[in-house]
Parts: sequence; C-alpha cells; structure tokens
Amino acid sequence: MADLRINLGGIQAPNPFWLASAPPTNTGYQVERAFEAGWGGAVWKTLGDPIINVTSRFAGLKYNGQTIGFNNVELITDRPLEVNLKEMKEVKRKFPNHALVASLMMEPNRERWHELVKAVEDVGVDGLELNFGCPHGMAERGMGSAVGQHPELVQLQTEWVKEVAQTPVIVKLTPNITDIRYTARAAKQGGADAISMINTINSLMGVDIDTWNPIPHIDGKGAHGGYCGPAVKPIALNMVAECARDPQVNLPISGIGGISNWRDAVEFMLMGSSGIQVCTAAMLYGFRIVEDMIEGLNNYLDERGIESVMEIVGKSVPRYSEWGNLNLNYKVVARIDEESCINCNRCHIACEDTSHQCIDIIQAEDGREKLTVREEDCVGCNLCSIVCPIEDCITMIEIPSNQPPLTWREHTALMNSAQ
Amino acid sequence: MNHHASISTEKLKRNFQEVVPGLREKDAMDEATRCLYCYDAPCIKACPTGINIPSFIKKIASGNMKGSARVIMEANPVGASCARVCPTSELCEGACVLNHASSPIMIGQLQRYATDWAMKNRVTLFEKGESNGKTAAVIGGGPAGLSAARELARLGYKVTIYESKAQAGGLNTYGIVSFRLPQQVALWEVEQVEKLGVTILTNITVGKDIQVDEIVNEYDYIVLAVGLGKVPSLGIEGEELDGVYDAIQLVEDTKTRPLETLSVGKRVVVIGAGNTAIDAATCSRRLGAERVTMMYRRTENEMTAYDFEYEFAKQEGVEFRWLVTPKRIIGDENGRVKALECVRMELGQPDESGRPRPITVEGSEFTVEVDSVIKAIGQNKLLPLIEAIGLEHVQGVVKVNDNHQTSNPKVFAAGDCIFGLGNAEAMVVDAAEQGKKAAYGIHNVYLSTKKEATA
Repeated sequence: MADLRINLGGIQAPNPFWLASAPPTNTGYQVERAFEAGWGGAVWKTLGDPIINVTSRFAGLKYNGQTIGFNNVELITDRPLEVNLKEMKEVKRKFPNHALVASLMMEPNRERWHELVKAVEDVGVDGLELNFGCPHGMAERGMGSAVGQHPELVQLQTEWVKEVAQTPVIVKLTPNITDIRYTARAAKQGGADAISMINTINSLMGVDIDTWNPIPHIDGKGAHGGYCGPAVKPIALNMVAECARDPQVNLPISGIGGISNWRDAVEFMLMGSSGIQVCTAAMLYGFRIVEDMIEGLNNYLDERGIESVMEIVGKSVPRYSEWGNLNLNYKVVARIDEESCINCNRCHIACEDTSHQCIDIIQAEDGREKLTVREEDCVGCNLCSIVCPIEDCITMIEIPSNQPPLTWREHTALMNSAQ
Repeated sequence: MNHHASISTEKLKRNFQEVVPGLREKDAMDEATRCLYCYDAPCIKACPTGINIPSFIKKIASGNMKGSARVIMEANPVGASCARVCPTSELCEGACVLNHASSPIMIGQLQRYATDWAMKNRVTLFEKGESNGKTAAVIGGGPAGLSAARELARLGYKVTIYESKAQAGGLNTYGIVSFRLPQQVALWEVEQVEKLGVTILTNITVGKDIQVDEIVNEYDYIVLAVGLGKVPSLGIEGEELDGVYDAIQLVEDTKTRPLETLSVGKRVVVIGAGNTAIDAATCSRRLGAERVTMMYRRTENEMTAYDFEYEFAKQEGVEFRWLVTPKRIIGDENGRVKALECVRMELGQPDESGRPRPITVEGSEFTVEVDSVIKAIGQNKLLPLIEAIGLEHVQGVVKVNDNHQTSNPKVFAAGDCIFGLGNAEAMVVDAAEQGKKAAYGIHNVYLSTKKEATA
C-alpha cells in the first residue's frame, strides 16, 4: 500500500484525484457523494455574480462508439452565493481531511475581489482557484479567459487576491492562448502558490447537416463552447510539461485535461503535476471511477517499490526539451513480427501513400504473403506501428549509431563555424 | 478389457485439452471497452456470488489486471473455475443490457482472461486476517468448503479442511471434464486458500478415518460441505456386470489415470440427461467410442443439462433418445456387458419434482447392443454421515437457517449437501456463495456470543 497523500502548494489531500470546477461540483450533495466515493479533493463550481444558464448546454464527440470529446456552453454557478457557502461549510464539517477548494470569478474590481475572497475563506475552504479561463459567456464581460489571455491582468488580479487570502491560491490558466508559459509566469509574479491547467478549449462540436444548426444549438443558434475530454489530453499534457520545465514558472501544478484513468494521472504527474483534476470522465461514468484510479495507482507504485506518490512528480520533466536539442543521430527502424501479423496490410498502404514507401508485401516461401520493412529506406517515423491493430506486432528498434549524439543547434553551430 | 477402440496416445491427449480457447489480447481489450460500465448493472444481480462485473471489466480496460482478478476472486473464491463452467447465458450474460441492442458482453471469457492472468503471473490476492482465537473445521474441500474456509481465514479464524480425496477442489478437480475445466485451474484456487494459512488434510474421510465426535468437540465451529455421494444404482438386473460405470467415477478416472488405460469400447449408452451425463458421453467419444447414446426417461424439455452443454454434446456426435428407460443389462459368458434391454416411456401428470411423471408403455421393450452402460442419474445423499453428526434433514438434505446453521448450533452447512429437490442443476457458483454465507453465519453467531459475554 503506497502513500497517496499529496501537497499542492500547501493544500493537503488524501490522494491526487480531485474533481474539477464544473457541473459535478455544483452542489454539496454532489461533492459529499464524491468524497464518499473516494475522491481526495474537489474544486467547487465557480462562485461569482449571478448568471442565467441556457438549456441544451452539452455536446459529445463520438468515435467508434466511444465519447472522446465533450463540449459545454454552461456558465459559472447559477445558485446564490449564500447557498453555496452554506453547503461548502457543511462539506468541510463532514470531511475535514479532504481538500475543498473554491473556484472564484469576479469583475476586474479590487474591492469586490477582496470581499469575495473573505466571504469564501470564512467558511473554511482549504484553498482558492482563480478562474481566468472560462472561454464563453464570461469573457464577454471582462472575466474568465478575457483575463487569462493577458499576462498583465493575470498578474494584477492574482496580486489583488493575495493581498487578502489566508489560504493557498491556485491560478487556473486558459489554453486559448499563444504561449501559456507567459501567463504562468505572470501568475508566479502575482504571488500564486500553484497553477492549474488546462481550462477548456474554444470549440464548435459540429453542424447538423439536416437542419444546418450548430451543435449544440439553443433555439436554432449556437455559440463557441469549451472542449474537454480524452481528445484534449495531449494538448493539456504538453502545456503542463512546458510550464513544469520553465525555470521562470517554478510552481506546483494541478494537471487537468482528459484524465480518464490511473494511467493518465501517472502521465500528468510524471510531467510535473503534484495533483490532478477530473471532470469529463466523471460526467460520463459517475464518481465510482475513482476506485480503479486509486487501486491502479497503488498497484503501479507497489510494483515499482515506490512508497509515496509524490516521488513520481516531475520525473519525466528533465527529458522534455526543445526540438533543437533532440539527437539527429538517433536511429530507429520498424520491425514487423511475422508471428503476430494478421496481414491487414494497413502498414503498407500508410507507408506507401504517406511516408517513405519502404514496406513491401512479398511472397514467402510457403506461398503466404509477408509484410517486410526495407530498413535501409525506413526513416523510423512510427506511422506503421501506429496504424497496426495488433499490440507489439510492429516495434521500433534502435539501430546503434557509430556517430556521437548531435543536435540541430550543434549542427547549425558547426555549419556556421565552417563558413 | 475387450472392445478397445483404437485411438493413439497423442490423439487422446489432444482430445482432453481444453476445448474452448481463451481470448487473445485484442479480443479482450475490444470486448472490455465495449462494456458500457452500467450503473446498478443487471449482470451483478444475476451472478449468485455478486461479482462486481462492470468493475472487473473496466480494470481489464485500464490495465489494472491485478485489480480485475481481485474483484472476481473476492466475491467468488472459485471464480477461475466458474469462468469456464458457469451457464453464463442463463446468468450474467443473459442479463447483459446489450442483449437488447447488440450482443451481450462475453463476461465469462473476460473473467477467464483476468483469472488466467493471475494464475500465469503467480499473483497472491488475499491475506489472512488478524487471529480472533477461534478455530473452524471444514469437512469437504470442494467449492463450498473452500469458499467457507477462505472467508473464515480472512476473518481471522484458524481453519482446517478435511478432504477425503488426495487433493482438494471437489468436483472442480475430479468431476468436471478436463476439456472444460483443466485440473490446474481448480488446484490453483486450492493453493490460494492454502496461502491464507488454511490447513488442508487430504486422504482423510470424516466418519471413517476420523470420528465425527472428535471434530465436533475439538473445533469451535464446523462447516459441513461434503457434497453428495456416488451415483445410485439403477435397480435393474445386470448392474454388477463388467462394463457398467458410475459417470462421476469415469470422469474422475479421466482426470487422474493415464488416458490409455481407459476404454469404454465402441458403443456406449449413458443413462441420464444432466450435465454429468453429458460429461460422461463426451468423455466416451473422446476416449474413442464410435457410437454414444444418451437415454433419458423424459424429453428434451425436461432435460436438466445446460443449453450450451447440450449443443456441445450434439457437436461431439452424441445421440439422444428420449422417453426411454433401461430395463435389464445383458451380459456375455464372461460376465461382460453386451446388450441393454430398454422400454419406452410416455409423460403423465407432474410428480413431486414438478416435472411430468414418466409412465412405462407396456410391451414396448427393445434391445440395443452396447459395450458399456454409464449411469448418470444423480447422486446419493451422504445420509450415514449426516446421521452420525445427528443433524436434522429432509430426505438427506440437511436443514439450515438463514445463517446456514444446522440443528447443531456449532455446525453450519453449505453446498450440494443442502441442495434441495427440484429440476435445477446445482451450480458451482451456488456452492461458492453458500460457502461464503456459512462463513458469515459463523461470524454472526461468534460476534453475538462475544457481545453477550461482554454485556
């Protein structure tokens, strides 16, 4: 049994699995159910000035029967602040050891931010998360991603909050930006204790080709929404990793974005997250998914003899760099295992049409067809191993190089000095 | 033995290998992903041991194989055997919601995938509980006994199993054909129980090698899980002839003796139509018999064998003759079976089992030439043992309350020995659940006596 406790910028939790600020954390009833199911923390649905929601707020993107993407045009909490505060207080009373974080959004007014922070901390939350990322509905009023897209506003409003906050402050960053490191650095400058990312990505889920309505549509009209779910995981993971390796950021990170199971959580933690947050997977299956997340993580750590989950935080970050630092002399080629090959020929056509034309279908001695790679022409791009339907049938084999490692930077320097 | 069917040793060995292959990795992952992960899933309710099926399937999909095996074995201590022998189309798979939309998830095969992984990777799933200072004797090391022992060990009891055969596992080890349930699967489940510190004494028959009183007096609690006895006699002339077999003994022989030493000849008749009869019939075919006929006194509709076993038998080339009863077994001058005289039946009003009573059609006798007659008409109750312990019973079926407690408050019972009358087949999975319940019954009683003592 490994120790799954985490500490995110001063906020302690019994395990890294938190629910993100979203429909699942709308009410005390839901958060209590989540904690009973085993979640280690929850970020309450964003508190702020009253709003009105529309119906038909969600849409899903299905691929081969599985929902891989999700989108919402829902806004922050549509319940009165006092109701939310009362329920949060009750949740903390019942679950003193679970992390309860309040997500906040406020118009760009220092006094109003101060008032909100004090009112919320009064009920005994463990931390605050500043919503600078909501991409729809609030940005139009100068809040949410309207702040998150401007480093100077991120820094200013974080400073305002830090002037009065007694608990750790997490700044939640939007991915709808050119380079998230700038807003992450701004959060650091503003005094943030941690950052969380990503919020949702601007998206339009689809168009109904029969009615010509956007999907989703509200009375025949649509608007961009926030995209999330398994499809966004690579985008989120990259942003987490870029911030984790940036010396000017240097903040604990709460990783969010398409985390569906314990393996995803391990990946985010290896790339620098001290904890993670989940929304879409919980919305699709319910809070019970956390049981396998906890057990899977435990078994993973036990198998490796790792005693505490915090030990894996950031372990892969040193290996994440810039393109210019990659070794141009590293050579791999594809190798196809005849035994497992089922002759679907997908690798051949992918390589022939779109890569380097080096997989041949040949007649073997016994008359059957065989797929074989011409290694001298193979550039080791990985495409065939991706399209192959059989696990471990195609593997990329390293060919030992007789040349020392050489990066593009070094190569360019050599070229320049030669001139 | 005469009438040897000529069949090579290699073919014999192949015939007794497992017939149904397990899922390959892609199949398992595709199928595990196809499962909807229902909430309050009907498959869980359909499983007599209440395995959390969506959970173990999701764990296969997420790569948590150890967790998957744990979920299965926690609810069902003989879950690896059940994965192969349960009538899933009548239980979990029959309840799967996808029956109404596409096709049910292959739950049995996925359960086998996970338990095969645990066996192959030599995983230990459970630990014994902190000792509570109490002892328990479990009489019988079959599915019911093993399940009771496993749960008692986890609850902190010091458990000893008394098994009359050379190895534990009961009918899983000895009674179900190798090509459906290889012995090593049942023996792995036994090993898991031993790892919890349970002592298993083999080759010791309670009531014969050791007196019941000794056990009842020595232990704090007793679980009676002795199952049933031998196949009863047909009560007809010629039963003592050479070539008349007990179906359960025959199957046991195929699992314990070299296959080359066994022969049932070329023409075989099996009397009965339950799963054991099918096992005996398919064994006979695989031992080289050319013509194997199952004879049953009622019809297909009243047959108790599972549908999938019936289909399997037909594919194996077993013939079925309904509304027939054996009247007399005829031997040759060497005292060997050579023919079977039968008589036709017709169906009348329901009898005490609720099924139509078979009535002899006078004058409809006919004779068939046979080399072997295999009896598969049920099993005797172990009445002498039950009476030696002094337990209340109804025609040899031990009476128990909700705690699985018998008329002797120290003695609890589970499995085939409490299986009542009726036309259903006793399932391994039922025995497992009853074994668990007997263990919890003991624990309930222990806790309430402990409470009274401290009150």
